[in-house]
Amino acid sequence: MTMPTRIQLPKLTFWKALFVVVILLGLYATVIRFARGLGASTNLSDDFPWGLWVGFDVLCGVMLAAGGFTLTACVYIFNLQRFRPIVRPTVLTAFLGYALVVVALLFDLGRSYRIWHPLVMWNPRSVMFEVAWCVMLYTTVLSLEFAPVVFERLRLEKPRKILRAISIPLVIGGVLLSTLHQSSLGSLYLIVPDKLHPLWYTPLLPVFFFLSAIAIGLAMTIFESSMTSKHFGKQLELPLLRDLGRALVVVLLVYTVLRLQNLYHRGALKLVLQGGYETRLFLLEVLLGLLAPIVLLLIPRARRSAGGLYLAAVLTILGFITNRLNVSITGMEVSAGVRYLPKWTELAVTAAIVAAGFAVFGLAAKYLPIFDDHKPAAPPPVFAEAELEHVRS
Amino acid sequence: MSKAILFDATLCINCKQCELACAERNKLPYDETIAAEQKQSAHKLTVVQAKGDKYMRRLCMNCLDPTCASVCPVGAFRKTAEGPVVYDESRCMGCRYCMVACPFSVPKYEWDKALPLVRKCDMCADRVLAGQPTACAEACPTGATQFGEREELIAEATHRIRDNPEQYFKHIYGLDEVGGTSVLLLSSVPFTTFGFHNPIQHDPLPMLTYRVLSRIPDLVALGAVLLGGIWWITSRRAEVAAAEEEEKA
Repeated sequence: MTMPTRIQLPKLTFWKALFVVVILLGLYATVIRFARGLGASTNLSDDFPWGLWVGFDVLCGVMLAAGGFTLTACVYIFNLQRFRPIVRPTVLTAFLGYALVVVALLFDLGRSYRIWHPLVMWNPRSVMFEVAWCVMLYTTVLSLEFAPVVFERLRLEKPRKILRAISIPLVIGGVLLSTLHQSSLGSLYLIVPDKLHPLWYTPLLPVFFFLSAIAIGLAMTIFESSMTSKHFGKQLELPLLRDLGRALVVVLLVYTVLRLQNLYHRGALKLVLQGGYETRLFLLEVLLGLLAPIVLLLIPRARRSAGGLYLAAVLTILGFITNRLNVSITGMEVSAGVRYLPKWTELAVTAAIVAAGFAVFGLAAKYLPIFDDHKPAAPPPVFAEAELEHVRS
Repeated sequence: MSKAILFDATLCINCKQCELACAERNKLPYDETIAAEQKQSAHKLTVVQAKGDKYMRRLCMNCLDPTCASVCPVGAFRKTAEGPVVYDESRCMGCRYCMVACPFSVPKYEWDKALPLVRKCDMCADRVLAGQPTACAEACPTGATQFGEREELIAEATHRIRDNPEQYFKHIYGLDEVGGTSVLLLSSVPFTTFGFHNPIQHDPLPMLTYRVLSRIPDLVALGAVLLGGIWWITSRRAEVAAAEEEEKA
């Protein structure tokens, strides 16, 4: 074990140095944000009230956490036990994703100390109200889904057993909350039919946000497996990644067909040929997130290789990050009559939040048993031992 | 009965008395620099815009079914029976969804404050509830801004267009835009001249999201049963398979 550590040391110092710089810049930007307000720390204005913190930190943060519900559904609901080894890292990523979304919200809300208001001040007609509740509830569910790992480390058997007993309702609750939450981030924009560019505005926004969340859930699982194999030497066997790749290409194809039909029926397809700023970014989104990964995954050689799958996953992720930024930023610029580019402080805060996420994941991977969840001897915790007895008799 | 404001741009002389009265009522600063500003902002809740010798007032339209009231997660906006759409600043957490969602982009933010609030014209709710006209209507020297019952003002506006068709662009803006507003506009030129979106929706916007939101309880119940059922089938299958393995061994 000592040899590889020694070889990796210089690389680690570089990343550590970068990490420190990013965090320090983020802290400086944080001071500006809270001492001098949103006007001084962002390029937001009355014309453009939502920017990077909503478009990337919140919309993309939630989207990239989609691996959590996709994989728990596969393993616990559909009982695809072969994916079990990556449930823990994926749930951890999802939990961190949501925790970071909450942190980002603290920056973006004008009066963040009132973030608890939706708990007691209700407006069920508001999509934002639903989003707020889903974030709170699903973050709770994710922490409960991940808690057994911590209990295992601390050898707390009793709470672990309690959580194991309610694991199925918990997973079902998590999948439902994710379905609502992923789609409702699209529903947020249903209210701006006159403001959002017709390349993105459609009554089907919630459906597209949900479908793409499933695609991203699969892509993130492939991506994370490859990343963890690089840094921790653990990964899924290639056949499992291939299964995920096949599922991914099917979801992407369904999404593409629906999206094209939708553009056609709304008469927006001709806008694609018009050229210009919106069209370019729309094509970028389609090329990165749909065309490239679909073509790649349809080529048998690429689909079967770890490298091809990894590339397809990364492209999908980049493509749908572009999609979320297009809906929240590009598509809103014409009607606003302004161009928006984030200020350095906005970028610094976002970078620091992402860096913090990576750091916490690294620490968790080091100190918690997140990669040891596939002892062949132990029965899958989904069934209590008593039930197995019952089946045997 | 519901009150409203009728602004007839053909009578406006750009004296900006409404701007001044609005600033005084809302305790906002007002001087020559601010008077020259052509945009609504947190410190200028109403604006007389000028395009050559054509004028148009911008203020909160005080919609009949307000988008801001529907989108606010903490219910900070409320439509009063009297007409004004009011904002409860003690609820607001600053998500700014109202600013994004408002079809007229009316709510403005105090960007330079560390603890900002949303600012918008509230149709002088305190005055209207006390039976008085809005400050802007009271200050208007030409009768361009008029306060009264919405139904009566609509009848009045219809008369004006019918009696002087050559003088007016044939449309009462606010009659049915986004389901109708408590501010009604008349003009001699198309409203797009002053940047009003065209075409704007004629149904209230809140239905667009409510259509989806109202399905959630059904979706949750159905989803829970469906997922539970799938789990039951798949795990039973695995149990049987495990038991069969056991027997063979």
